[in-house]
Amino acid sequence: MKDNNAFQMTITSERKLLDFNLRELIRYRDLIYLFVKRDFTSLYKQTILGPLWAIIQPLLTTVVFTIIFGNLAGLTTADVSGTFVIPGFLFYMSGSICWTYFANTLNETSGTFIRNRKTMGKVYYPRLAAPIATACSNLIAFAVQLIMFFGFWLYFLLQGGTAIRITPMLLLLPLLILQMMLLSIGTGIIISSVTTKYRDLMHLVGFGIQLWQYASPIAYGLELVPKQYQGLYMLNPVTPVITTFRYAVFGFGYFQTGYYLLSWGMTLLIFFIGLVLFHRIERTFMDTI
Amino acid sequence: MSKQYMLGQFGGTSLRDALQRFSARLHRQEDPTRKIGAYQVSKAPFLALDDISFDVQQGERVGIIGRNGAGKSTLLKLISRITAPTSGTIGLNGRVASMLEVGTGFHTELTGRENIYMNGAILGMKKREIDRKLDSIIDFSECEQFIDTPVKRYSSGMYVKLAFSVAAHLDAEIMIMDEVLAVGDMAFQKKCLDKMQTVSQTEGRTILYVSHQMDTIRRLCERCLVLDHGKLAYEGEVQDAISRYMNINAAYFEKEVDLSALPHIGGCTQTIRLVHATVLNKDNVCSAGDTLRLRVKVQADVACDDARFMFILFCADGSRLGKTESCSITLQEGFNEVDLQVPCEGMADGMYYYEMSILRKNKEGKREKCDCVPNVFPVTIFNREAFGLDTEKWNAANWGHFMLKPVRAGCTDVFPEREKV
Repeated sequence: MKDNNAFQMTITSERKLLDFNLRELIRYRDLIYLFVKRDFTSLYKQTILGPLWAIIQPLLTTVVFTIIFGNLAGLTTADVSGTFVIPGFLFYMSGSICWTYFANTLNETSGTFIRNRKTMGKVYYPRLAAPIATACSNLIAFAVQLIMFFGFWLYFLLQGGTAIRITPMLLLLPLLILQMMLLSIGTGIIISSVTTKYRDLMHLVGFGIQLWQYASPIAYGLELVPKQYQGLYMLNPVTPVITTFRYAVFGFGYFQTGYYLLSWGMTLLIFFIGLVLFHRIERTFMDTI
Repeated sequence: MSKQYMLGQFGGTSLRDALQRFSARLHRQEDPTRKIGAYQVSKAPFLALDDISFDVQQGERVGIIGRNGAGKSTLLKLISRITAPTSGTIGLNGRVASMLEVGTGFHTELTGRENIYMNGAILGMKKREIDRKLDSIIDFSECEQFIDTPVKRYSSGMYVKLAFSVAAHLDAEIMIMDEVLAVGDMAFQKKCLDKMQTVSQTEGRTILYVSHQMDTIRRLCERCLVLDHGKLAYEGEVQDAISRYMNINAAYFEKEVDLSALPHIGGCTQTIRLVHATVLNKDNVCSAGDTLRLRVKVQADVACDDARFMFILFCADGSRLGKTESCSITLQEGFNEVDLQVPCEGMADGMYYYEMSILRKNKEGKREKCDCVPNVFPVTIFNREAFGLDTEKWNAANWGHFMLKPVRAGCTDVFPEREKV
């Protein structure tokens, strides 16, 4: 016991602030894969429509958005002023599939410790595997939705009469998806770390996500936001992600490198804070949960 | 290494409470969220493990025993990294597989095969390893027929068998088990114990095993730790450790035993009651030739002339060894004092205790139990002059609990004349 260096692994009471043990996470990549597979198969077991459910929900949301926000409320679907025409249907669908991914992942990862306490209390595995797996299994549903979106997109593109065009911005798509992942995991694990001790936040999550949606240009175009508040509005890291996503798929819209980089900076910061908190809590959360 | 818990209510409070506490501290008021009178209690730290230290060598099979709350599970949780120690260090060489529960991560909707992968991965196996071992896991589990059925349709026995099979095929160098062998039918239990023994012996795996079943501890382990109130009470040979543990457990280790205050076994007629007993022996260590001398006070509702005392002998791990009875005695109405001499003949070295009952015949001439007190009169047998065995310790695991009379042996005449056929 005296010479700790003689051991391959030592468990101590001290914690290092920045030692995230990512190598171990990589060693457990099969576990992440199996978590994803489990989530996916168990979600659609004993359903008739199976993975079709992944597209029914956003499809209905889009229809509702189109009717309520587009036709009844008549909110703008333009991110920049001009006379571009995008079908409202595509506009709402692009926003809602992105938001659905972000909100679902955030919602599910925010309960990481509480939902997994049964397994985590009995066996050790890198705790971070759970939120990462959640984000990945949601990514499958997102991919299905994205395919559906591009189906409609192709239809409108071929039909013509819209302003949609293909630009190199389309290549930003993977980067945007990665950013959504990091942002939702980061926010989720911050909340999950805090909720091990204070359950209050758990009640806030569902409600908070709803509010956040209205603070992001999902159901309306960026142009709706008054110019003088736009700087403040762009501090919401989700906003540039959504507008850039729309720019990428439609070929025009709102894109400012400064705000986009700022949003990336905030994403990385949130993710980093999340990692630090998560790592701090994971060692002893079983005692407080 | 130590593990400290705060007793009383803590954590899990709401954010509002925390803010209130914080502002109260700023204004130097007392904590508004604490319960009245709860201050002392909730401030007291509780040491689930109090500065314990031990070494385990590679390939050892170590049992950990102790009463509920002694810190066994906490110890395993610390070693398997589920929670971190408050102070101290644990050094490990090799992968750790913790089986604090069978079937961790099993998902009821998935099939047996899918769950093998799931459970294996949670326990730290790679997919390729599981691929390689899949056949032997399925084979071991005896569930081949149902392997592609969702486990929610399994019987609980099948579920547990499948789960244990995965655990038994882990490649980890250090295996940590918490009573997981207490599952399945006897045949499967034996199979598991044998499997654990084989992997430890042939592959040099280290096993830490917690159980309340002394029988499995004795079969599997070669060394034992006894924990008591978070402290390491004993470390050493299995048999000694079990005796030691039972000793800690024996709450009624006195010369004057107030039988009426002890738990009695129900279903007795209570027409004669066991009230008090005095152990007349100097101490509780006997050798096989000695007797356990008791003076027992009984209270009879009516006089009777056919009362008998019955003693059932238990060994330290709780298994029944035998029964003996007194001759019938006459009791007056009211209090009686009876002297009893219970022989210890033939009992091998170790710790034993008795269950004492008093019986009489009822009107139909059938015997009925009037009163019965379990777990009394712990006695340690130490045979100073064992039959020529004094150099060797009694090995109860192999030889049992009874030292039979020596075998008489002698050569017949030297060079005996053999009758030729």
